[in-house]
Amino acid sequence: MTVNGKAVERLVEPRLLLIHFLRDELNLTGPHVGCDTSHCGACTVDLDGRSVKSCTMFAVQAAGAEILTIEGMAAPDGALHALQEGFREMHGLQCGFCTPGMILRAYRLLKENPAPSEEEIRAGIAGNLCRCTGYQNIVKAIQYAAAKAAGTPFKEAAE
Amino acid sequence: MIPGAFEYHRPKSVADAVKLLSELGEDARPLAGGHSLIPMMKLRLATPEHLVDLGAIGELKGIRQDSGTIVIGAMTTQHALIVSDILATKLPILREAALVVADPQVRYVGTLGGNVANGDPGNDMPAVMMCLDAAYTVLGKQGERRISARQFYRGAYATALAAGEIVTEIRVPVPATGHGHAYEKLKRKVGDYATAAAAVVLTMSGGKVASCAIGLTNVAETPLLAEEAAKIVVGSSLDAATVKKAAAAAEAITSPASDSRGSAEYRTKMAGVMLSRALARAKSLAA
Amino acid sequence: MNEMTPTREERAERLEGLGCKRKRVEDIRFVQGKGSYVDDLRLPNMLYGDFTRSPHPHARIKKIDTTKAKAVPGVLAVLTAADLKPLNLHYMPTLAGDVAAVLAEDKVLYQNQEVAFVVAESQYAAADGAELVEVEYEPLTANVDPFKAMAPDAPLLREDLKDKTSGAHGPRKHHNHVFTWQMGDKDGTDAAFRKADVSIKEVISYQRVHPCPLETCQCVASFDKVRGELTVWGTFQAPHVIRTVASLISKIPEHKIHVIAPDIGGGFGNKVGAYPGYICAIVASIVTGLPVKWVEDRIENLSTTAFARDYHMTTEIAATRDGKVTGLRVYTIADHGAFDACADPSKWPAGFFNIVTGSYDFPVAHVTVDGVYSNKAPGGVAYRCSFRVTEAAYCIERAMDILAQKLGMDPADLRMKNFIKREQFPYTSALGWEYDSGDYHTAMKKAMDTVGYAKLREEQRTRQEAFKRGETRELMGIGVAFFTEIVGAGPSRNCDILGIAMFDSAEIRIHPTGSVIARLGTKSQGQGHETTYAQIIASELGLPAADVTVEEGNTDTAPYGLGTYGSRSTPVSGAATAMAARKIKAKAQMIAAHMLEVHEDDLEWDIDRFSVKGNPERFKTMKDLAWAAYNSVPPGLEPGLEAVSYYDPPNMTYPFGAYICVIDIDVDTGVSKVRRFYALDDCGTRINPMIIEGQIHGGLTEAFGIAMGQEIRYDEAGNVVTASLLDYFLPTAVETPKWETDWTTTPSPHHPIGAKGVGESPNVGGVPCFANAVNDAFKFLGSTHIPMPHDAWRTWVAAEKLGLHT
Repeated sequence: MTVNGKAVERLVEPRLLLIHFLRDELNLTGPHVGCDTSHCGACTVDLDGRSVKSCTMFAVQAAGAEILTIEGMAAPDGALHALQEGFREMHGLQCGFCTPGMILRAYRLLKENPAPSEEEIRAGIAGNLCRCTGYQNIVKAIQYAAAKAAGTPFKEAAE
Repeated sequence: MIPGAFEYHRPKSVADAVKLLSELGEDARPLAGGHSLIPMMKLRLATPEHLVDLGAIGELKGIRQDSGTIVIGAMTTQHALIVSDILATKLPILREAALVVADPQVRYVGTLGGNVANGDPGNDMPAVMMCLDAAYTVLGKQGERRISARQFYRGAYATALAAGEIVTEIRVPVPATGHGHAYEKLKRKVGDYATAAAAVVLTMSGGKVASCAIGLTNVAETPLLAEEAAKIVVGSSLDAATVKKAAAAAEAITSPASDSRGSAEYRTKMAGVMLSRALARAKSLAA
Repeated sequence: MNEMTPTREERAERLEGLGCKRKRVEDIRFVQGKGSYVDDLRLPNMLYGDFTRSPHPHARIKKIDTTKAKAVPGVLAVLTAADLKPLNLHYMPTLAGDVAAVLAEDKVLYQNQEVAFVVAESQYAAADGAELVEVEYEPLTANVDPFKAMAPDAPLLREDLKDKTSGAHGPRKHHNHVFTWQMGDKDGTDAAFRKADVSIKEVISYQRVHPCPLETCQCVASFDKVRGELTVWGTFQAPHVIRTVASLISKIPEHKIHVIAPDIGGGFGNKVGAYPGYICAIVASIVTGLPVKWVEDRIENLSTTAFARDYHMTTEIAATRDGKVTGLRVYTIADHGAFDACADPSKWPAGFFNIVTGSYDFPVAHVTVDGVYSNKAPGGVAYRCSFRVTEAAYCIERAMDILAQKLGMDPADLRMKNFIKREQFPYTSALGWEYDSGDYHTAMKKAMDTVGYAKLREEQRTRQEAFKRGETRELMGIGVAFFTEIVGAGPSRNCDILGIAMFDSAEIRIHPTGSVIARLGTKSQGQGHETTYAQIIASELGLPAADVTVEEGNTDTAPYGLGTYGSRSTPVSGAATAMAARKIKAKAQMIAAHMLEVHEDDLEWDIDRFSVKGNPERFKTMKDLAWAAYNSVPPGLEPGLEAVSYYDPPNMTYPFGAYICVIDIDVDTGVSKVRRFYALDDCGTRINPMIIEGQIHGGLTEAFGIAMGQEIRYDEAGNVVTASLLDYFLPTAVETPKWETDWTTTPSPHHPIGAKGVGESPNVGGVPCFANAVNDAFKFLGSTHIPMPHDAWRTWVAAEKLGLHT
């Protein structure tokens, strides 16, 4: 498979979950484990153009796939992706644990829908749980990134 | 959190998949999207010794129209149902139901075949398929056969599938143009299974219901076809009294589990409420 | 060419000090996936531990067979109570003066209790081993009903306490009794009730819930046999306390134990105490000489670690006919589960529940709390509760609404009539707390004006009429909550954890080139300490916050602290930060005087410099003074520029707030929709408004979850039925309402920068606000109290009982 642009090949046990393959074999500890019933989304990565909960897939199922994790979001020169910038600008994170999964989901969401309404953003991230922020600033962070991609100025909605 | 060990197979064709399942016997399970099976394996509630991954079989994907029937490959994801133009115009209730299945990530991987075939009373598509009078094409070592959705569900996790058989495609007769539809799902939050849900497809003529089919989700061990309730509304203008009677008829066939979504009594009543709302919404969409 | 001289405003802005919406320092690594959480840690030859747990809520253990487990390839050892007993580690002391089993010996007392610990070379092998430990149980009758815990025929749970007629907190009156705690004037209160015009009485239950941070509890223990030293990385909100406890129970001296709390993925009180996983990992590491990692999964977390609440409060208020409260009486049954593992300060077995007089001027009050054991997970104090303050606030805010209903008064009016007045502060409550400062009337009025309260009540009346006429099936509820909470534990005279006073600390060192390193005894789990402590230092010392590194969590380098929970970081370590900075500033002033050849008293402080009074072109910036501190200090002074402060707060702090919300309820499904939620918080001086707002959003979202659906529920047989995220209600972005935040600022008079702390306020005030709104919707139909959670099902049942579905 290709992970963050690099070709990777390993021999693994069939039952090895993709999340553990990424974290333990490839040392990509950005995606996290937050639950055991596929609800929280902290493990979300982008796989062949889809937001996928990597805890609910075996690594072997991902053979041949192209995977993007949080570690691959910044540009090669280190410039942060608009989403990474937006999360910081808008205080869209506190403990940071849901953040990698949330950003990867937002990444695909903005590709599905480059100008989502607030309601569409909330529905779009409904597979990612956060305990710290109450989502309000996460919505703003995603709106910030959408505006940046469109080249329009981002105006925070009045409280 | 950690599944038990198993052997993994990744056939390239349906024929190979069926052959493998037949050879490996009852310790083998087919793997579609895996978003029902893998969570059960992680809790060690399911411990198959072999998994036959259907993910590399191209012939199981795709949506096409075959004269009056829409044919959907079993490995078509919920996401693909949502973005399909054919379905948006011809079978809008599928898109509507798919949008309330689980969450965005699960929809990218979960398949229609998996949703209709595993017999989980909580899955949304079975009741919709019964409502649409769909049929499943099934392939096993004895060959291919077709099973009507309305005959497919026997009990919780018990279906008409014989050992080693898999659903390869779902065949849905295209509803009449101008039909009204609604899938009304009561749930605790996005991503939850239904507390109760009702699928309605109907046609109107001269202000009265000309035809109607009703499916109910998660209020019994199987999805339910509410035939009596549908009979009651046909010929009516869906006036309050008729809807009330239909809801009562629907409630009468339910036997939901009591769980954290609510008591059996509550869930039965909610089946009635969801049906009433689905009828109203379907009517508003009908030509 | 002259340099452009910055204005005073520009110099202040550059500091990013108090009041600045400074962007967070910690975000830089988190948004890149470069946080260092415990499970990210990899050490050479690291082993993994996993538990075999009891399926029974109450059972005798007849036999444990570990043969099959040990035969799994990769499994090195399986620990049971028999292995821990010779080390006296099969039980561990709790923070509440009880003991808790590490591995069950003769009995299991709650479903999923730890029975065996499998140590293996991989996480997967450990899981396989844990499945194969064979345990023979003899099931016993369980009790999970707190009201039945002290019945004469209630099953005996704690055989280890069978003959003990007293516990850590006094006499025990039943084999399932933990303690009785009371406070206030019993006779005076009884008298007030005897002569009251009006009184209300209601059993107000706060259901068992769980903080559920997104990262579960975990640790890596690594014992170095050569050095005889133990290092433990873990999800520890109080790393120094963990070190001291580890030393006391392992007998390894404290200087040879290194406890490190790295990045923590949310705490909310779930990660204060010690768990069997930590102890077993430590023992396994000592035995094998290799690092051992333990990471619990979500079901383990929800069903066995520190739960919250389970308080059942029989509440009475006495009042005059025109709505003046004259007395408060509360009797509480507190379900502590199988072991009292509450993380309370040791003299407070019911936490600070005596804040239950709330924002109201009760002349007399009395509270009694009976703690009981049951076949549920141990704990009690967690989840943004400030030590039972959430329970107390829910109690008084519901009770005031019930009283208002009985009197036929508007709930906001009743509150206004009974608020402690501004001029009464500092105010000593009838239950013994000295509230530091408050201006409740101003806050309440601001809240009511902003939401248009009178108009909302008018709208509600219109809609009630429409409902009665059958024109709508929706009910509108307006929730009002005005909380006063108590945080910042706390003064050494009454606050200690296991005998260690609850001071906290800050050590600040300025480097020669003017940048700073500060180490604190607290430990952030997402509150942004790396950003906010630097802001305090920036304002105190005139050095840019960007030049301040803040460290927490390494017990070797950080000064001793009691950790972060109960909103204590700002009140206690924030104060220590200011005090340490002021010590440095005093020395800097002496250096400045020496350099400028003036007397110290001839200098004045101006944002980032000392300048000569009347001669401001003669000045030395703190940066100049830092350099000078390393090469030209005045005679008699040591070189260097640093200080440490251990701050023993003179009092707790008392943040308060006015919350108002509007909920619309669909009577036929029971589904509630939050139309609007307005939260006004007064936390005194506001260090970083952006971070405060984030804390409020997060706390309100937790409150929303609690009020509208969360519960850790047990069936009658004692099985825990809501122990996974399938059923434990964590709202997504779709269900979560939009929050409106606002503030007033009433500084704390005793705090060096007037700050009170804010993290827990939204959970304290949010829950009663939601609950009052739902109850308010049904009031006009005769309902007085509907308990939480207000999920669709239970709300529908309430509507059904009122006959609304015929």
